[in-house]
Amino acid sequence: MNMMLAPRSLPSYLDQSAAVRARFARLKAREVILRVEHLSKAFTTRKGSTLALNDISFETHRREFLCVVGPSGCGKSTLVRILAGLEEHSDGDVLLQGKPVTAPGSDRGMVFQGYTLFPWLTVKKNVMFGLEVNGKGKHEAETQALQWLQLVGLAKFAESYPHQLSGGMKQRVAIVRALANQPRILLMDEPFGALDAQTRARMQAHLLEIWRQIDITIVFITHDLDEAIFLADRILVLSAHPGEVQELIEVPVPHPRSSAQFITPEFLSTKARLEELIHKGTAHGEEEDADTYHMVARLTDVADSVD
Amino acid sequence: MKRKGWFQVLRPLSPRARLLLGTLSFVLPIVLWSVVSYVPAVWHPQMLITDPGSVDYLQAGMRMNKAAFADEVKDAAAAHKELPKGVPSNPIYLPAPHEVAEALYTAFVTPPPTKDSPWLSQSLWHSIQVIFWGFVISSALGVPLGILCGTYAGFARLNEPFIEFFRYLPAPAFGALAVAILGIYDGPKITIIVIGTFFQQVLIIANTTRKLDIALVEAALTLGTKKLKLLSRVVIPGILPDLYRDQRILLGWAWTYLIVAELIGTTTGITWFITQQARYQHFANVYAAIMMIGFIGLGTDIALALIGRRLFPWDRTLAKEA
Repeated sequence: MNMMLAPRSLPSYLDQSAAVRARFARLKAREVILRVEHLSKAFTTRKGSTLALNDISFETHRREFLCVVGPSGCGKSTLVRILAGLEEHSDGDVLLQGKPVTAPGSDRGMVFQGYTLFPWLTVKKNVMFGLEVNGKGKHEAETQALQWLQLVGLAKFAESYPHQLSGGMKQRVAIVRALANQPRILLMDEPFGALDAQTRARMQAHLLEIWRQIDITIVFITHDLDEAIFLADRILVLSAHPGEVQELIEVPVPHPRSSAQFITPEFLSTKARLEELIHKGTAHGEEEDADTYHMVARLTDVADSVD
Repeated sequence: MKRKGWFQVLRPLSPRARLLLGTLSFVLPIVLWSVVSYVPAVWHPQMLITDPGSVDYLQAGMRMNKAAFADEVKDAAAAHKELPKGVPSNPIYLPAPHEVAEALYTAFVTPPPTKDSPWLSQSLWHSIQVIFWGFVISSALGVPLGILCGTYAGFARLNEPFIEFFRYLPAPAFGALAVAILGIYDGPKITIIVIGTFFQQVLIIANTTRKLDIALVEAALTLGTKKLKLLSRVVIPGILPDLYRDQRILLGWAWTYLIVAELIGTTTGITWFITQQARYQHFANVYAAIMMIGFIGLGTDIALALIGRRLFPWDRTLAKEA
């Protein structure tokens, strides 16, 4: 408890235990899956050109879990859409295992914030979809789809339609639908943003469990700092207007992760650092918003105070 | 449900209120019609002569305006002659509900005026065939074109401006042309229905296609779906329930062109029956025939709606309708 009350006694977020350091050494020894080099993205509007992303460079290693955080407007969604090939970039390179990314492909799976299961297909057929369009036979696709559904505990919903599932279940299906293609990398754009807090916590634990079991590299966009620390090996922090890399943080919280770690010194020091960076990133943008609160006139009786 | 519940913005009704109001929507017009027909005090602008009395030019069964009849009665009374007698009545073009109800049956069993002219059932069947082929031909061209326009912006830009222009040209305006090209039988009639339906169809279906959630297409792209498979496995199944609803509306549209279409060349089908009966002043039959078009149209639509619910069990809009 005292640790929470006295933030000054926190260790630096840069301090890593021996186990964590060894783990990062192993991680970095694995081959690079995704390399982003000097990536820029400019939007041309009628008013002229705005720079959404500027000179972004980073790399992720095989089986790494990378979270991307940043203030709103930092272009983190644009970044992940470029990685997916859904949007074009203006400058720089995106290399997946050395090959430049130009269009969407089955080597990069994606899970969106909104529910994007095909409503006309049953859960099982949704998972079979990627396998079938990539030339797998119906029988083989079905066998694999059922195995994937078993992995996320949804085998008994195989014949249900998406509208019969809860939000969390839908996202679990969306995750295995993407994973069924066996992509090299899984891109997730605030996938749990629409879920309630309890479901979100369960989904985070679930995602970590899946990630531990299979050979997949994850790039996960979020604006929830706790979520980023809980999930990530490393966190890429972006600033806004234009989106630039502020820091690539190695999360010092040891593995395996559990919800008990939310109050450990490593967790809190990382969060303090993230808040510092995000606040700096928005310093010019949202200061004005804070000022406007003082301009709200009192519309109630003086005696009728809620303070 | 409370009474005020009927007027809540965008809220569905309770099943009981639905049934009640749905029944009323038919009962109210029929009640209104009955009041006008059976209550002599309401409207009844004419007198139906039952006994001409001393007035030479009157005959039993004739109708005349109330004012003129009153004059005749006054004149006869002044001359101390026998008074004409009559009952208040509506003009001949407004038969009472029971007469039309009777005609709904008798029109089918009354033989045609000449031996080689068709029975009512044959006329109706002919009309249904004209509608069917008009709609099938229009859909065979319009549905694929609409989907392509909705999917590919370039395709839409190439076609839609001209279609927008063409849809303002009234289909019946092409009647004479259609006869010159296709003769006087069913060809020009089907053509008019095609012209009347096709251009709207392309635009409506293109719009429906454009409303497909782009996120579904993006999800399919990230799953490795390419080109034609994107169309056949995402766009088409994605819009299918809405496309089906559009087709139901367009089929109703096609029916509205039927009467004009059947007047072109040789008059046939239900239109032939209606004009024939109107010529003999059998207005009960005319109303009966018009109503049959309504029954067939509404019946088809309800049947298609029920089939649609079977075909698209995942569709949420249909579930809301039910």
